[in-house]
Amino acid sequence: MNLLPIMRILGVLLMAFSLSMLPPIGVSWYYGAELYASTSDPDFWIKGDGAAYAFLIAFFTTLTIGALMWYPARGGQGKRTKDLKIRDGFVVVAGFWFVLGMAGSAPLYASNVMAMSFTDAVFESMSGLTTTGATVITGLDALPRSLLYYRQQLQWFGGMGIIVLAVAVLPMLGIGGMQLYRAETPGPVKDTKLTPRITETAKALWIIYATITTACFLSYMAAGMEPFDAVGHAFSTVAIGGFSTHDASIGYFRSDAVDLVAIVFMLIAGANFSLHFIAWRRMTSGLPFQIRGWRIVRRDRGKRRWSPATSVQGYFEDPEFRAYLTGLSILSLIVIGFLHFDEAYDGLYLAVMRGLFQVVSIGTTTGFTTADFSAWHGALPVLLLFSSFVGGCAGSTGGGMKVIRWLLIYKQGNRELLRLLHPSAEIPVKLGDRPVPARVIDAVWGFFSAYVIVFGLMMTILMFTGLDQITAFSAVAASLNNLGPGLGQVAANYASINDVSKWVCVLAMLLGRLEIFTLLVLITPDFWRK
Amino acid sequence: MNILILGAGQVGSSAAYDLSRSAANEVTVVDLDDDRLREMRDRLDIRTVQGHASHPQVLEQAGAADADIIIALTDSDETNMVACQIAYTLYRTPTKIARIRALEYTAVSDLFSPDSIPVDEIIAPEQLVTEHIEQLIHYPGALQVLSFADGKVRLAGVVARRGGLLVGQELRQLRRHIPHTDARVAAIYRRRSDGTRESIQPEGDTVIRQHDIVFFIAARKDLRVMMSELRKLEHPVRKVIIAGGGNIGYQLARRLETTNHVKLIERDKRRATAIAAKLSKTIVIPRDATDEEVLSEENIENTDVFCAVTNAEEANILSSLLAKRMGAKKVITLVNRPSYTELVERQNIDIAVSPQQITLGKLLTKVRRGDVVKVHSLRRGAAEALETIAHGTEETSKVVGRSIEDIELPSGALIAAIVRGDDVIMAHHDVVIESDDHVILFLTETEEKNIRAVEKLFQPAATMI
Repeated sequence: MNLLPIMRILGVLLMAFSLSMLPPIGVSWYYGAELYASTSDPDFWIKGDGAAYAFLIAFFTTLTIGALMWYPARGGQGKRTKDLKIRDGFVVVAGFWFVLGMAGSAPLYASNVMAMSFTDAVFESMSGLTTTGATVITGLDALPRSLLYYRQQLQWFGGMGIIVLAVAVLPMLGIGGMQLYRAETPGPVKDTKLTPRITETAKALWIIYATITTACFLSYMAAGMEPFDAVGHAFSTVAIGGFSTHDASIGYFRSDAVDLVAIVFMLIAGANFSLHFIAWRRMTSGLPFQIRGWRIVRRDRGKRRWSPATSVQGYFEDPEFRAYLTGLSILSLIVIGFLHFDEAYDGLYLAVMRGLFQVVSIGTTTGFTTADFSAWHGALPVLLLFSSFVGGCAGSTGGGMKVIRWLLIYKQGNRELLRLLHPSAEIPVKLGDRPVPARVIDAVWGFFSAYVIVFGLMMTILMFTGLDQITAFSAVAASLNNLGPGLGQVAANYASINDVSKWVCVLAMLLGRLEIFTLLVLITPDFWRK
Repeated sequence: MNILILGAGQVGSSAAYDLSRSAANEVTVVDLDDDRLREMRDRLDIRTVQGHASHPQVLEQAGAADADIIIALTDSDETNMVACQIAYTLYRTPTKIARIRALEYTAVSDLFSPDSIPVDEIIAPEQLVTEHIEQLIHYPGALQVLSFADGKVRLAGVVARRGGLLVGQELRQLRRHIPHTDARVAAIYRRRSDGTRESIQPEGDTVIRQHDIVFFIAARKDLRVMMSELRKLEHPVRKVIIAGGGNIGYQLARRLETTNHVKLIERDKRRATAIAAKLSKTIVIPRDATDEEVLSEENIENTDVFCAVTNAEEANILSSLLAKRMGAKKVITLVNRPSYTELVERQNIDIAVSPQQITLGKLLTKVRRGDVVKVHSLRRGAAEALETIAHGTEETSKVVGRSIEDIELPSGALIAAIVRGDDVIMAHHDVVIESDDHVILFLTETEEKNIRAVEKLFQPAATMI
């Protein structure tokens, strides 16, 4: 274990993260301006719209703590990041997410608008960063806008992965960055790179992420949202988060256009970002310039080959993406059909809109709501919750166990059936037309079992604290899958459950976001053995 | 630079390692063996693609469309040629380097041109290594002999020994010793107490000590005279034993057998029969070179040079140690792993030859910006000797029209010699560089920024076109 480089990286990351407290301060002053007669009032600079001081405090504490960690390790042995071993990478990632959850809670805890307890503040912050979207706050509509903005922003940073962002902007991570990157990106195959250099890959991912977010923002504007809501919801939609600036979530807008925009962008964000990367590259390969890292370079005339038709093709050639769409379509048909025949809504149109929205929102683990799905009849609430176990595609911002893992499990099941008929046949499990290495399939099974065991343990703990079975089941499912809303007591928010359960949920969110093993490896004795 | 390496064998993986160290390079490696690729992926910041290196789909997937250089290093000459052909046809890849072993291909002139087989640079590692060892045998006492400007200039690394005329004296005495020959000391590596070596900037008052490794540059004809300044001249090599009858061993024997007395020990009986049929004077012994009895039967104690060049580096090291202990005057060992090279040179082995490093120089020549003719990677990559051509006019270039003392070189860099037409000019401080001069530089610090600085120095300022 190399303590110095770990401390140095954590310190730098924390200092960098403190900068994320600055935009909310700007927001606070912007919306606070109308509350004060003149900006020369010192009260204005401190309070803004009511929470500026909370961010100022959080900014300085985070910066100081980061600096204190970095300073003793800044030079000498700690300077060489290439000393970062595989196990150090896990410590950095787990440590960073843990520290981040704490730092992220600072402004929420410091602000006395909501009078949040420490537990609640950490819950809210972790729920934001892990893009879960479960909240303990009621009365969102009355909160200062800076706080609302901050929650959305947390989700946005957590979505693509804050370590991935760090790898993109901090060249110091270098080759050690690869260890970190792998520990954070979701999916069973973690070492597919879009570009030869890890920093370039991380940059490409963030550029695409930012581009999709911008497109989502513009679409929300076009659908009639005010700019503040559009920014906030673009953040949480593309991050597959689920935080909203309103208690009624997306349902607040009562607009089919907004619903449709949300559906489309949830679907996009739930797909593997390497597919977006390939499509992006094919789409832009006809332009006279290209983006390399942050720079724009000229492209030789001979190298321009524009193929807009093949741009979209990549998506449909991908078996995981096809399974993702197929799964969601079948689920939509079932839900809409049931809603229609159950006469839950007046007419087919409403059933389609509400059903489709809820399927996409829960299926991708976003957690937006336009209808109280927990009150739907029959198996629908539980069915939807089950769908969140599948979640988004690998390499997306979505949670759950990822479509590709289910696809592999399904194919493996098929193989076992075939083997019953042809006991000695050689039957490879294939994705597309390539056989999947046995190692990957083993890892999928391992992941699946770990997921189930962790799930069972946590649900039991929650029931011991006095929660009923439905609440306990859905709270753990919604946290572990980074979904957000559950059933029973946690259908709307998590304010009413006890503190122990909240901490268990915090842990579940983190386990879900880092795909369990990254955290579990830390508690194995082998890890700490010299 | 966007670099595509085909084949993750010994040469391919070491090239990937060396090239990906520089932040300016983006490296992609293609190979059939997924396990090997995974291992590389874990260690290096590169992208890997599994597939057949010459298939267009695989090349497409590996980003051949954006590649600046394609380096084909698979086991098969044919695959390498086809891969270059396809990359050139589909993507007009600017630089294509291929490993081609078979002399049957390379012997044909005009085969490799954009109109037929578009390969810009042919690499034959075995041949490079053979030439390298041949030079070492030709100049006994040298650790390394490298040539520049078509062999007009040579750079040699020599360990200073008692008996050399210059040992224990200041460098400026050199002029007085050999007034008619011109040579220049480019670098001195002095041994520290812990066995590692540090580089010393050679100045007029630097005193050469025993055991220093001295790199100097001289015209070809002056090389021997200069060597005698640093150590007592050794007798020419007569008796050579080569262990290992692979491509290198065989070629080496063929080159040496006319002038030297060569014995070749090859373990594989069938291979031994095959090469014995092709060689004329060499005595081929189908035995194991790590066997003590075999070595003593073949009079190892009277051997001038023992060369271990089998494919297994561990066997090379062991048989060399054995041969040295049994009385071989000098042993040369083929070692691939950089860490082994260091280890071995601290033991009794005189010279460790690293095929990787020799091949790497050839690759680096193409990767560097500017008109670079030759790069030799030295001291496991810690130093470098390169030949580059100065272009431009006094206005556009930072070197042309200036005397050497006025050129701002990065730290650790030194201009050693200049070749103008057929003349070799040693780089004294008042020599003025002209356009189209071949400038030979020695770099003792090969950090990225130093190399970039040298590249920049020799690139003329962009003119408006």
